[in-house]
Amino acid sequence: MARPDTKLRFDTGWQYAPAPESTDHARIDPQYGLFINGEFVAARRRQHFTTINPATAKPLAKVAQADAGDVDRAVAAARRAWQRSWSKLKPAERGKYLYRIARALQERAREFAVIETLDGGKPIRESRDVDVPLAAAHFFYYAGWADKLDYAFPGRRARSLGVAGQIIPWNFPLLMAAWKIAPALACGNTVVLKPAETTPLTALKLAELIRDVGLPPGVVNIVTGAGETGAALVDHADVDKIAFTGSTEVGRLIQRRLAGTAKRYTLELGGKAANVIFADAALDQAVEGIVDGIFFNQGHVCCAGSRLLVQESVADEVITKLKDRMETLIVGDPIDKNTDIGAINSAAQLAKIEDYLEVGQAEGGEMYQSGSRLPEAGYWCRPTLFTGVSQSSRVVQEEIFGPVLAIQTFRTFQEALDKANNTPYGLSGGIWTDKGAKIFRMTRAIRAGVVWANTFNKFDPTAPFGGYKESGIGREGGLHGLDAYVELV
Amino acid sequence: MSTVIERVAPRLPALDRVTRVDQIGVEERVARFCTRSIKKDSKVHALRLALSMIDLTTLEGQDTPGKVTQLCCKAGHLHAAQPDLPHVAAVCVYPTMVGVARRALAGHDIKVASVATAFPSGMAPLAIKLEETRIAVEEGADEIDMVIARGAFLQGEYQRVFDEIVAIKEACGTAHLKVILETGELGTLDRVRRASVLAIHAGADFIKTSTGKIQPAATMPVTLVMLQAIRDHYRATGRMVGMKPAGGIAKAKQAIQYLVMLRETLGEAWLTPVWFRFGASSLANDLLMQLEKQRTGVYQSADYFSRD
Amino acid sequence: MAARAGKRSNGAPATSKPRSNGASARLPIAKTYKLYVDGKFPRSESGRYYPLERGGRLVANVCRASRKDFRDAVVAARNAFATWSQASAYLRGQMLYRAAEMLEGRREQFVAELVLQGVARGPAAAEVTATIDRLVYYAGWADKYQQVFSSVNPVATSHFNFSVLEPTGVVAIIAPEPSALLGLVSNVAPAVAGGNTCVVLASKTLPLTAVSLGEVLQASDFPGGVVNVLTGWREELAEQFASHMDVNAVVHCDNDAEMARRVQVAAADNIKRVVLRAGLDWYADESQSPYLIRDTQETKTTWHPIGA
Repeated sequence: MARPDTKLRFDTGWQYAPAPESTDHARIDPQYGLFINGEFVAARRRQHFTTINPATAKPLAKVAQADAGDVDRAVAAARRAWQRSWSKLKPAERGKYLYRIARALQERAREFAVIETLDGGKPIRESRDVDVPLAAAHFFYYAGWADKLDYAFPGRRARSLGVAGQIIPWNFPLLMAAWKIAPALACGNTVVLKPAETTPLTALKLAELIRDVGLPPGVVNIVTGAGETGAALVDHADVDKIAFTGSTEVGRLIQRRLAGTAKRYTLELGGKAANVIFADAALDQAVEGIVDGIFFNQGHVCCAGSRLLVQESVADEVITKLKDRMETLIVGDPIDKNTDIGAINSAAQLAKIEDYLEVGQAEGGEMYQSGSRLPEAGYWCRPTLFTGVSQSSRVVQEEIFGPVLAIQTFRTFQEALDKANNTPYGLSGGIWTDKGAKIFRMTRAIRAGVVWANTFNKFDPTAPFGGYKESGIGREGGLHGLDAYVELV
Repeated sequence: MSTVIERVAPRLPALDRVTRVDQIGVEERVARFCTRSIKKDSKVHALRLALSMIDLTTLEGQDTPGKVTQLCCKAGHLHAAQPDLPHVAAVCVYPTMVGVARRALAGHDIKVASVATAFPSGMAPLAIKLEETRIAVEEGADEIDMVIARGAFLQGEYQRVFDEIVAIKEACGTAHLKVILETGELGTLDRVRRASVLAIHAGADFIKTSTGKIQPAATMPVTLVMLQAIRDHYRATGRMVGMKPAGGIAKAKQAIQYLVMLRETLGEAWLTPVWFRFGASSLANDLLMQLEKQRTGVYQSADYFSRD
Repeated sequence: MAARAGKRSNGAPATSKPRSNGASARLPIAKTYKLYVDGKFPRSESGRYYPLERGGRLVANVCRASRKDFRDAVVAARNAFATWSQASAYLRGQMLYRAAEMLEGRREQFVAELVLQGVARGPAAAEVTATIDRLVYYAGWADKYQQVFSSVNPVATSHFNFSVLEPTGVVAIIAPEPSALLGLVSNVAPAVAGGNTCVVLASKTLPLTAVSLGEVLQASDFPGGVVNVLTGWREELAEQFASHMDVNAVVHCDNDAEMARRVQVAAADNIKRVVLRAGLDWYADESQSPYLIRDTQETKTTWHPIGA
């Protein structure tokens, strides 16, 4: 569709000067303990690990390594708090604590955004405009449910479960902490939460905030560590419910370990969502939707639109527009306000992505990357497309968790639907068309927990989120998100 | 400079095959442009560039030779305290003032643009609109800003709207033609896209958002849609078309946001007064104030900048 | 706050008593109570007032709102409705929560004002506390009632069919006479949490805190016109509230069957929704619920084909 002698030039002439967000007001301590029973305490075995800034590979802080004994302490604190204070409080008063947390998060928003960016590698624009506001909004939303549970479950009364063990990933550290803690507390439970080992800082800052607003000790406990810490939490006999967000592989392990126990659990796992563009779509906005779907947050998104299914008659046009758009994506220092695509979260994750780039090419796919200049130090991946791939390609089937898009064409509605559903995953999907009837036909037939029509990667505390099939069990957000944290009698 | 331009007889394209436009998606993309942080030397570059792209405008019923001469004086002498400023691109006036502007701008490399075609409403017989255009060109206008027949467009009489533009383009001779869509009257972004495609195919050298005489005038969403139409046309044919948002852009900050949007949609080639203009009057002083602030580090007062 | 009670021969409030050492104490500034309409505090256009007295002493001169004041308040409420009803539920919740913050900060002012109007100190403190908590309660419903009361309807044909609640419009509220603050807020909060705008008539004998509530709302960034507070005589205003053709719903809270009947008759002219909440104990749990929100909501059902 595009003439070969036409080219849009984005790499010459007027470029943007560096515009770093100031970081000197954000306080990161050299070392953090575990947050148990309302205070920071040393881990029993005094072991630490280091968290780094993936944009520079430089260390940020030392963080305590919790072992099974530390986890036991935390669970005991949560149990005592549940029995003696939290479940005894009037529900409206519980809600007020959550409102306080929400407000304090709004007050400290910029500091949290800066630390989220430094610790995890996501652009400051995203932390500032998306992650932190959504986290505060989540606390606000669930604060309101605390004294209204009688209206949430027709014909049933809701009772809290007790102690919730929660394990969260590194792609939206603060937001995932909010998604877990807010509904759990609103429903009268207490919490032991383990943040991901590469992104512990905002959870620890949240612990400080929680202490500052006066939440009764033991209601929220934060234990930092890696797989061993998580396993100790999953296995702990006095935890009533486990909530996990992470890979399907680990989710499977957890589900097995919980077999035979009475523990309730919810799992929010991986995905390989299809983003379907019909010929009658608003094409320029659809292209933006592709970008939002797979390049936003460096593709570290479980519900990323990592498979593009584009109707053949507009495929060339869409891919041309997409490539033009990719040239304007700025890959760079996450703390720069103009950065669109930040650092890959860790060396390990970058290695996994690069492995898939080789696999994709070995499978016969044609790889295209934008011309973005990359910084020297740190972990980076350019926005990448694969064409010439099919349903049987590994890059089409497997979750890469990076800014890598696999593109296929389709001819009919049924074919698009079949391809979209032909996966063990079922977290999300996107459909782009100007025709309403087609939207509803797709939303009815696609087997995914979240469907975005003419938009993508939109989140709201009132809207339930979660997957079908191997993308998980249970929903977070909205009225439906209360289910996971109550017993109905 | 554009690549090979194919001069074929203008033909109305199939407008029902023009892509749909989603308003919310457009607004979200615009919001992203507005988060760009333009600082230091890149900010100075943008401020100077914006200044060079201004069509300094006076289109009042009460315009007189004195008023127009005064405006041209400002155009030629933006701010004595800052030498080395770029000059504005053009002065934009009614046809009866073109001669005055020409004389007042003698010796300056500033174009004279004239509105025509019964601006702003366009509600006159075609013969009158053509004659007005010819007169403006004879008086010395380098550029003609015409208005499309919105009523006809909204009725779906696309061929008639198209043919008018073709005729006006011919009456322009060597003068450049800017086609004003009056987006505030078109109602939806779908129509803005279709009108853009129509005007481009009819031979417009520039497409322009508004007359500035009604609200809303230029907005970033309509401008984005029009830039995308220009981009698609360039990619398909190799022909470049210019863009002019007009009305409602009074602050330097807004102008910079438009330039960000321009740069990230069309790229470097359009970042010049040859292919992009701001239809504005008070914008110039705000750009000057911001340039002075960048130079001195101190916030400025309007008292120090001439208002002509 | 009003000056200390005491009457001089000319009817003006007395100064405060001198201190025991003979030096005269400071004269406090007496507060003037006006109406709260469109985000501002105007006097009644009629200029009328009535004295609020306790124990034979003047507490304050209270505006006696006229039907023209009511008319103006409805205009303000109607103008504010489009924006308020389209504000996100999240924003409405935030504003109500902010109002709770503001009221908590002014706790002492409000308790003192209730005491001034004859409420004993203990019950006054309990009333302010309950009012703050009630604001928090409805702040939390703003983004949830839709989830509880809406539905997707499994129609037999191939259509996606959903029913949602929408605010009815301008709600006229005759607040409970015996309650200075809690009863009024218990009716205003659910109406505005649901996206309505309102005009509320305060208690005749306990009017002052209703006006001061306007200060709290203004400090909470509520847009002007969302809540309008009038003080006056319900015997002359109730039927105005009930008969105005641009009011969508009227809420009547008194245990007065004859007045309630007249309100219902007047409301019938434009099929106003009539909500009677007579004799409720505003402290009771049953007096706060999402059903009070639903009382001033409409239900809209939409159909859309499912197909290709």
